[in-house]
Amino acid sequence: MQLSVTGIVRRFGTVAALGGVDLDVAEGEFLTILGPSGSGKTTLLKAIAGFEIPDEGAVTLGGLDVTLAPPRSREVGMVFQNYALFPHMSVAQNIAFPLEMRRRPRAEVRQRVEAALRLVELEGMAARLPRQLSGGQQQRVALARAVVFDPKLLLLDEPFGALDRKLRESLQLEVRRLQRRLGLTTLFITHDQEEALIMSDRIAVMDKGRIQQIGRPGDLYARPASRFVADFLGESNLLEGRAGQGVAQLPGFGAVPLPGAAAQPDGPVTLLLRPEALRVEAAAAPLPCRATGTVLETVFLGQSAKLRLRVEGGAEMLARLPLRPSDPPPPAEGVVVTLGFAPEDLHVVPQG
Amino acid sequence: MSSRKADPAGFAAPGHGRRVVARRREAGLLLLGLPALLLLALVFAWPVLRLLSLSVEGGTLAHFEKAALDGLYVSVLLDSLRIAALVTAICLVLAYPVAFWLSRAGRLGLAIGMFALLLPFWTSVLVRTYAWLVLLGRNGVVNRTLRDWGWTEAPLPLLHNTTGVLIGMVHVLLPYMVLPVYAALLRVDPDLTRAAEGLGAPAWRSFLRVTLPLSMPGVSAGCALVFVLSLGFFITPALLGGGHVIMISMLIEQQVREFLEWPFAAALSTVLLLATLAIYALIGRLTRGARLATS
Repeated sequence: MQLSVTGIVRRFGTVAALGGVDLDVAEGEFLTILGPSGSGKTTLLKAIAGFEIPDEGAVTLGGLDVTLAPPRSREVGMVFQNYALFPHMSVAQNIAFPLEMRRRPRAEVRQRVEAALRLVELEGMAARLPRQLSGGQQQRVALARAVVFDPKLLLLDEPFGALDRKLRESLQLEVRRLQRRLGLTTLFITHDQEEALIMSDRIAVMDKGRIQQIGRPGDLYARPASRFVADFLGESNLLEGRAGQGVAQLPGFGAVPLPGAAAQPDGPVTLLLRPEALRVEAAAAPLPCRATGTVLETVFLGQSAKLRLRVEGGAEMLARLPLRPSDPPPPAEGVVVTLGFAPEDLHVVPQG
Repeated sequence: MSSRKADPAGFAAPGHGRRVVARRREAGLLLLGLPALLLLALVFAWPVLRLLSLSVEGGTLAHFEKAALDGLYVSVLLDSLRIAALVTAICLVLAYPVAFWLSRAGRLGLAIGMFALLLPFWTSVLVRTYAWLVLLGRNGVVNRTLRDWGWTEAPLPLLHNTTGVLIGMVHVLLPYMVLPVYAALLRVDPDLTRAAEGLGAPAWRSFLRVTLPLSMPGVSAGCALVFVLSLGFFITPALLGGGHVIMISMLIEQQVREFLEWPFAAALSTVLLLATLAIYALIGRLTRGARLATS
């Protein structure tokens, strides 16, 4: 169901953990709150789940004001960071717990638990205790328990943090498919930007107790509204230059035409160039904006290579080169190369 | 082609040699417990064994026969068990809420609570028991206050009976219940309570279904401790019971001090020890499930 958060403030002493947060999550939407630790995202989650009462503002769920409602009456399913499975109950008892609390008839409970177990592909594990399961299986049980009672909202609090990379990636896609299938309004909390990009319909980037920007993953990645968002989401080259008459003077590159030049006032400007937009050597030759640079470090990543370079007369930059198995090895440390990019790949980062 | 590398230390030797190395390391750790173990053996295990062996001196079970057939000793033992069970139950009821509060208290609350809990340990049991004599007597503080406030007309019999013994024993033994329960409650992840509430449980159901079962290891440890300590209690029942409440430890003391009947005292001690071990095993058996599920 639709979730609305309006003007939420939560102060701890003189520190505002939440400094006025507004957020709307549409029915069936997967929205991610992305932020570093201490950004207030956990406090926001607690206010929505009901474990924390905000000093100001309101939380509405499906049109109902639940700001002061206790957690048990909010009908919110939550997956905790450490799963919070009841260690003394079997998998089936864990999943049955929310139904039991709602005093559903026994036959219905059994049928729903079975359906939930099928949903997360854990048939045959019903009688096990949580500690007899692997991390990934525990995670699925927690998920099944959170959705078995048809909650109005699903909250996921960094649920993949404790899993190894391969498992994490497969579970991320699985959770997203499941969320789509059930049409569950979902709020996902994470500090992992990659995870946020993979899973979300929309991302809200939080910092210092406020939402800095909210939008679709592609928009946020291509057009961040601030230095913080540009830096936090993906890897970035933030280039400082001076704008004037539709061009920016960039050290090393010279005059570079600015995108949306008309609206750009003269003066200092910060430009974002993603590492994959910076090309080297042959690939750079046909591009309009070029410079020379020295390779400081080369990291081989399999499908690509990451280069740290120093632009002659300019700053350090990152480049990411796609690599096919038949390609020659990327330039090694100390090699001087030509760098280039297309001006349309630049994004002007708003000041402040 | 296979090649062998030089291995002067023999680390590539078959498993057996390595296990010897591993076992030697573990044996080294055991040495740390050795001084305490020696002391216990010398001043505890040896005298206890000597005493117990007195009970079958001369190769006869006559002392045990006397203990079993004379109704007095059986009824005193049963009385002791009953009082110990009562003390344990009262301690549990009083201690659980305190432990629960301590486990959720802030830093200041915890400091104050722990201080209050451990304060009695700084005073000897004897002094505390005499204090209860002053408080609970016919003209003691409690009875006088009740009369002054007009709540009672005749003084309540709080001393020289089971009530007095229970009050005194519970007072002494309460911390032994609070601390294990508190430790068990601390180990219950607060997220579990949150999860239960988020899934629709009112506070009391979340407590009954999650917190209480998960704290059972502490409850059973506390019960075992208090029960076993109660069974052997001497000073408090002797003073507050005023001769009307006889516990088995008092009988043993009487046999030794008044009748110099060491073998019979030893037989009673053996019975007490066996009863204690049996109850210890029983509590362990009853709560095994809880411990398994939460460990």
